[in-house]
This record gives sequence, C-alpha cells and structure tokens, in this order.
Amino acid sequence: MTTLNNGVESNITQTQPLWLLAEITYRCPLHCAFCYNPTDYADHTTNELNTDEWIKVLRDARKMGALQLGISGGEPLLRDDIEDIVTEANQLGYYSNLITSGVGLTEKRIDAFKAGGLDHIQLSMHDITEEISNFVTDTKTFKLKQKVAAMIKDRGYPMVLNVVIHRYNIGHIKEILEMAEKLGADYVELANTQYYGWSLINRNQLMPTKEQIDEAEKITNEFREYIGNKMKIFFVVPDYYAERPKKCMNGWGEVFMIVTANGDVLPCHSARVLPNIEFPNVKNDQLNEIWYDSSAFNKYRGDDWMKEPCRSCSEKENDLGGCRCQAYLLSGDAEGADPICTKSPHRHLIDQALEDSKNEILQAQPIIFRTDKNSKELIQGEHKERLKDFKAMP
Amino acid sequence: MTQKIDLSDIYKIAPHHRFQWEEAQNCYVILFPEGMVKLNPSAGEILNLVDGINSVENVVTLLKEKFNDAGDIEKDIISMFEFALNKAWISKE
Ligand code: SF4
Ligand code: SF4
Repeated sequence: MTTLNNGVESNITQTQPLWLLAEITYRCPLHCAFCYNPTDYADHTTNELNTDEWIKVLRDARKMGALQLGISGGEPLLRDDIEDIVTEANQLGYYSNLITSGVGLTEKRIDAFKAGGLDHIQLSMHDITEEISNFVTDTKTFKLKQKVAAMIKDRGYPMVLNVVIHRYNIGHIKEILEMAEKLGADYVELANTQYYGWSLINRNQLMPTKEQIDEAEKITNEFREYIGNKMKIFFVVPDYYAERPKKCMNGWGEVFMIVTANGDVLPCHSARVLPNIEFPNVKNDQLNEIWYDSSAFNKYRGDDWMKEPCRSCSEKENDLGGCRCQAYLLSGDAEGADPICTKSPHRHLIDQALEDSKNEILQAQPIIFRTDKNSKELIQGEHKERLKDFKAMP
Repeated sequence: MTQKIDLSDIYKIAPHHRFQWEEAQNCYVILFPEGMVKLNPSAGEILNLVDGINSVENVVTLLKEKFNDAGDIEKDIISMFEFALNKAWISKE
C-alpha cells in the first residue's frame, strides 16, 4: 500500500508511527522490582511536558497516521490533566489506552475518562497472593487493585490485565488466570519479564528457570482451550531461553514512537542507553521531521547499519538483528547481533546470565526496588557491583 | 470453530472495537485493545455496512447495486462475515 508523503511516494507500511506511546510521567507511587523505566529516571521527573505540549504531540502524531495511543508512565494518574488528554485523543480519532497500576483511579476520574471517550484501561496485576503482590511492587496495593478491576468492569470497559511474570509468581499462573476469569477479564497479557531498566539490575532475582517457563506455557495453553474466545490470553515468551532474538519494536522507527515525560522522542523505551545518539525533543523539533529525517530515527532503520553475522544472515528479515539496546547493554556493541542469537559471538553472556540466575549467592542479593532514592544512588555511581556486567546504566 | 452465517442475521461491530476510515492510510481500519488491522478495500466496504440494522442479505444487495455486480460476490461477502465473526470483530445484534 502506498501513499503520498511530502510529494514522495513511499511505502507507508514501513515507516508510519501507528503506535504512539506517551510516557507521560516517570513519577510513580509503586516501586516494582521489574520496572522497565530507565534506572536514572529520577533525572527526568521535574521537566515534564505540560498539557498543551502533550496536546500538540497528539495532533502532530495523528496527522502522521498514529492510531493507537498508550498513555503510560510511571503512573499517568499522578497527572491531573489525563482527562483533557483522553478527551482530545478521542476527538482526534485515536484508540486510546490508559496503562495504569490503578493507584489514583477514583470513581470520579473513571467517569470523566468514560465521558471523554477513553477506549480502554490496562491494569497491572501481580499475583493472587497479597504477600507477593505487595512484595514485588514494594507497596500495599493488592486490595486496591482488586477494587479498581471491579470499577473498570462496572463502567463497561474491556478488562485488559497485564501481569509481569517472574520467579515469584510464575508458579501461580493457573491461579492468576482463574482470578482473571473471576474478574471478567477480556484480555490477559502474561508478560515474561524483559531485562531492561530495573529488571536488568534485578535479573538474578527475577529470572525463572526454563522448566518453570515451559510449565507456565503449558498451563496457559490448557487454560486457553478451556476458556475459548471469552478471554484472549497473550503469553509473551522470554527471549533469554530462545535461540533467536525478537524483532524489537517491530523494527527501529517502523511503527512505534515513544514520547517521554520530558519530550524526548524515542523508537523504543530504553533507547537512551545507546551511545552516540542524540534523541530529538518535541520542544525543539517538529514531530514529523523527527520521525522521518532525524539521524536518531534513521540510524537503525532497515538493515544498512548491520555488520556480521547479521549482514549476510539469511534470517535477518525475521528479527532485524534483534534489540540494539540489549546488544549494547550486554556486549558494548550497539551494531552487533543481539546476544540472544546463538550466531552472536556474545551468546555466552546470555548463557552466563542464565547460570548466574541459578547461583544461590547471587539470588540472595537484595532486590534494588525502583525508588527515587535508589535511582539517585545509581546516578551517583553507587551499587557498582550490580552494574558491573552492563556497558551502560540500564 | 467457524460459525454459520444466515442471510437474515444482523451484525454490528463488536463491543470494544472501533471501525473507521483512515485518511492517512487511505483505507478502513479496525481498532481494538492491543491491536489494529488495516482492511483491504472489499473488507472495508462490507464492514462499513455492518451497522446493527442491515441484515447480511441487505449488505449483499447493497454491494451488488453499488458495484453493479457481474459475478457472484455473495459467496465472498459471506466468507468475509465468517472471517470477521471468527476474529470477533463483529457480533450479533
Ligand atoms: S512497573 Fe511498577 S514502578 Fe514501574 S512504572 Fe509501572 S507501576 Fe510504576
Ligand atoms: S545473526 Fe543477526 S540477523 Fe541472523 S538470526 Fe542472528 S540476530 Fe538475526
């Protein structure tokens, strides 16, 4: 399918920001051990875009063809202008999604979201036990989440539950799915932890074993059979146990555009860890120029940037060499194959990580929870031994 | 699990789904939580008539008129209904 873009005929299915993710604030009342936010987020909590700046982002992205809008964070509900933002999104024709921990969702706010035309709410849940749910989020939020789930259902929203899976809850997959059924969930995403941000620092504490993952997948498949069309279950497989990487974000600068709290525009959540790239900011540049013309967005588009073993690999269309951030964070080579790939000269790093995660001494190290205090300490260079295997702060 | 389509059935776009024309892509799209599909022109034309009022038979008649149908588009339309129902894009009124 083709269209006219600045008078130039281009293949739009290749480079159109169909998905816009607004990481609207990095502030969050929870402290999840696996949080994918950057570990230096504490540097980005005081210079957030204001309402008008966000509305301009929405309008500009919509003109470029953006259709799906995710409003995430941090915890987006810490901002009091989400009502204005969802109303604008609806008028512009976005299909909008509020991605929330549930903290701060009141009857009054959900009614305002409904009136404004918010399309759905994705709620994060953690476990069936209050103990583990409160432990991994480092907060007492278990009961509140149950209440919020009921409120979402009551307003006629599709119930979309997101459960990040790790060592502490992987043994409860069946019970988690049963809880989802009881809550009337329409969609459940069982997202195995991806190791970026805080989860990378806590990798030894969070990584499940291969046997646990196989068992979890088996249980999920059986549950799918039982529940049928009533509830859609996505099981996001973890890549560490795979032999090939994932096609990260469906390709760099292909369909995803992330605008962070301070207005930086990124092709993926963690791209700021990459060396020698200056990411543009909506305060200085036009969104369409950023997407189409900036050196940051063109840097890893397509496959011209590749080197061996990817360049001549017959499978490169499948995964485009995997994740640039994972390649750099683990191997120090941003242009190399994702170390997940068994053809990568750095695959031993993944195998070592899997070994380490079975090491009882490493497992017993305390989790570094996502808190302002820990973020500031990491920025100041503390916790060195926990960062020693990574080439940049995740 | 293919469900059977009757000519007298009346369908609408399923709850939590939105069907709209997209100027930027020059096609109809269907949007739902976590996903979207760009529709090819004929699928778009069919779903555009799925409004909770038209029966399947009406849709067939309207499209036959619109495209001055030479061949047998009824079969294609029915299989598109089957497909959309299977994907849960549409549901019975
Ligand atoms: S993962 Fe947890 S800590 Fe991180 S933004 Fe989400 S709710 Fe907050
Ligand atoms: S060598 Fe590169 S392109 Fe080939 S499968 Fe591995 S990561 Fe993908």
